[in-house]
Amino acid sequence: MSELEELTACFGNAGGDVRALGDAEFAHLAASGHRILSSRTVEGLVVDAREILDGISATVTVKAGVKLKNPVHMCFGVLHKEGTQRIEMDVRLEEGSSAHFIAHCIFPKAEKVRHIMDATVAIGEGAEMRYSETHYHGLSGGVEVMPKAVVTIGRGGRYFTDFTLTTGRVGKLDLDYTVEAGEDAVTEMVARVFGHGTDDIHIRDRVMLAGKNARGLIKSRVAIEDDAHAEVTGITEGNAAGARGHVDCMEIVKDRAVARAIPIVQVNDPGAKVTHEAAIGSVDKRQMETLMAHGLLPEEAVDIIVKGMLR
Amino acid sequence: MPLLEIQDLVYEPPAQGTARILDGLSLSVEAGEVHALLGANGTGKSTLAYLIMGCEGYRPASGNILFEGSALDTLPIHERARLGITMAWQEPVRFEGISVNDYLTFRNKDADTTELLELVGLNPALYGSRMVDRALSGGERKRIELASILVLRPKLAILDEPDSGIDMLSTKDIINVIAAFKQGGSAVLLITHREEIAMIADRSSQLCNGRVICSGDPAKVAEHYKARHCMTCNGVECHYV
Repeated sequence: MSELEELTACFGNAGGDVRALGDAEFAHLAASGHRILSSRTVEGLVVDAREILDGISATVTVKAGVKLKNPVHMCFGVLHKEGTQRIEMDVRLEEGSSAHFIAHCIFPKAEKVRHIMDATVAIGEGAEMRYSETHYHGLSGGVEVMPKAVVTIGRGGRYFTDFTLTTGRVGKLDLDYTVEAGEDAVTEMVARVFGHGTDDIHIRDRVMLAGKNARGLIKSRVAIEDDAHAEVTGITEGNAAGARGHVDCMEIVKDRAVARAIPIVQVNDPGAKVTHEAAIGSVDKRQMETLMAHGLLPEEAVDIIVKGMLR
Repeated sequence: MPLLEIQDLVYEPPAQGTARILDGLSLSVEAGEVHALLGANGTGKSTLAYLIMGCEGYRPASGNILFEGSALDTLPIHERARLGITMAWQEPVRFEGISVNDYLTFRNKDADTTELLELVGLNPALYGSRMVDRALSGGERKRIELASILVLRPKLAILDEPDSGIDMLSTKDIINVIAAFKQGGSAVLLITHREEIAMIADRSSQLCNGRVICSGDPAKVAEHYKARHCMTCNGVECHYV
């Protein structure tokens, strides 16, 4: 089996749309370690990808006014037990364009693997970008994931991102996203992570509402059990009149796991408003009682509540 | 033998020095019967519901709760539910990431969610895929909770003030839901503070000061409640109203 076939099989097993990788209507980029295995682009999307020493570097541009009909699939992974994969991405959505990127990051056998992503994203005036990143890890916990992104959104632009790592062991996660939203721009950042064993989770999302009437939401949903550790920092700054931001963090803790939430809200303009809410603890008693009154066992109730929160 | 029999029940909150909430309450519900429990705010109606259901922190100081002749004692909630007791809370909680259809089929995968939602006055096409989360209004959430209880076909359904709240269910809605419970063979303990709702029951009891003070024909109990007269208050206006 070739490396591409193996990656494609893992991608399919992990819930990815394998059909999309073979369909000319869908753009894609697939890389294992530092090797680009397959790529395709569509009209209005320019991808310049090259292999570097320990990963790949890519410039992705969606041309002005182009609204991509189908999502762009990105399939990254390390299929061996050890290795490093660095992804350097420079993404530009030109004025009035829109695109949805779906990234699958696959590390099924990882025992000592590092996955580093450094992204800069520029979203032009009136453009919209959706970015969904889903990880599929094995059970050894030997993955170190470090996604970092710096995003700027132009006037009236929109940026939605969701990061999901709920399959397998997390290993070590150090997520660091910063978004600067211009006038009338909107951003929503969602992270969902389920930690087990000795997993170590650090999430840091920062939204700077720099332009008038900018809107921002940071939403984190983390469940941890065993001896896992999680620290979630959500920072929102309201720096312009009419800016509205909210930080919403929920963490469910079981066993000996330890969770911390650090919401930081700062307002530098009297016309801005930023709010936050954080809930950390065991599963909500009333939710448990409600499901148990439906006849569910306590462990079934916990499972449903945790899975629902991470969905 | 009554389906549910409550004998001389006393409940004192765990905090020391707090007055009894239930003070020698006795009540019975027959199989298939709709029994309305009428009372003003603070008379102990919801507390009784939590005690029957076995919620955390709600254990009787004395007295008995018998279901089909057996004491429920320290049985946990899910075991009471599996005996056939269930409850729709006055303010049902929200769940992230759980769709209405999933919520209605946890215990009965083959349930007809379309029929259930129509029964509680919700359009299945609009609500089936919605989440049981904060995006629902209070009234929508209550209707979904009632549907989720209906699907269980319990022997005893405790409905805690289905008519309360800003987006309340109408009397007609509640009559429809009660009829569905009866049709499925369920008994209903219908908790309310509105006498017109209690009128749809087969039997009714009025609570005051942690006791049942009047029980029997719903019209007579409603009349008593409406007049705000209370036997334990010796004919003067009830001090709980």
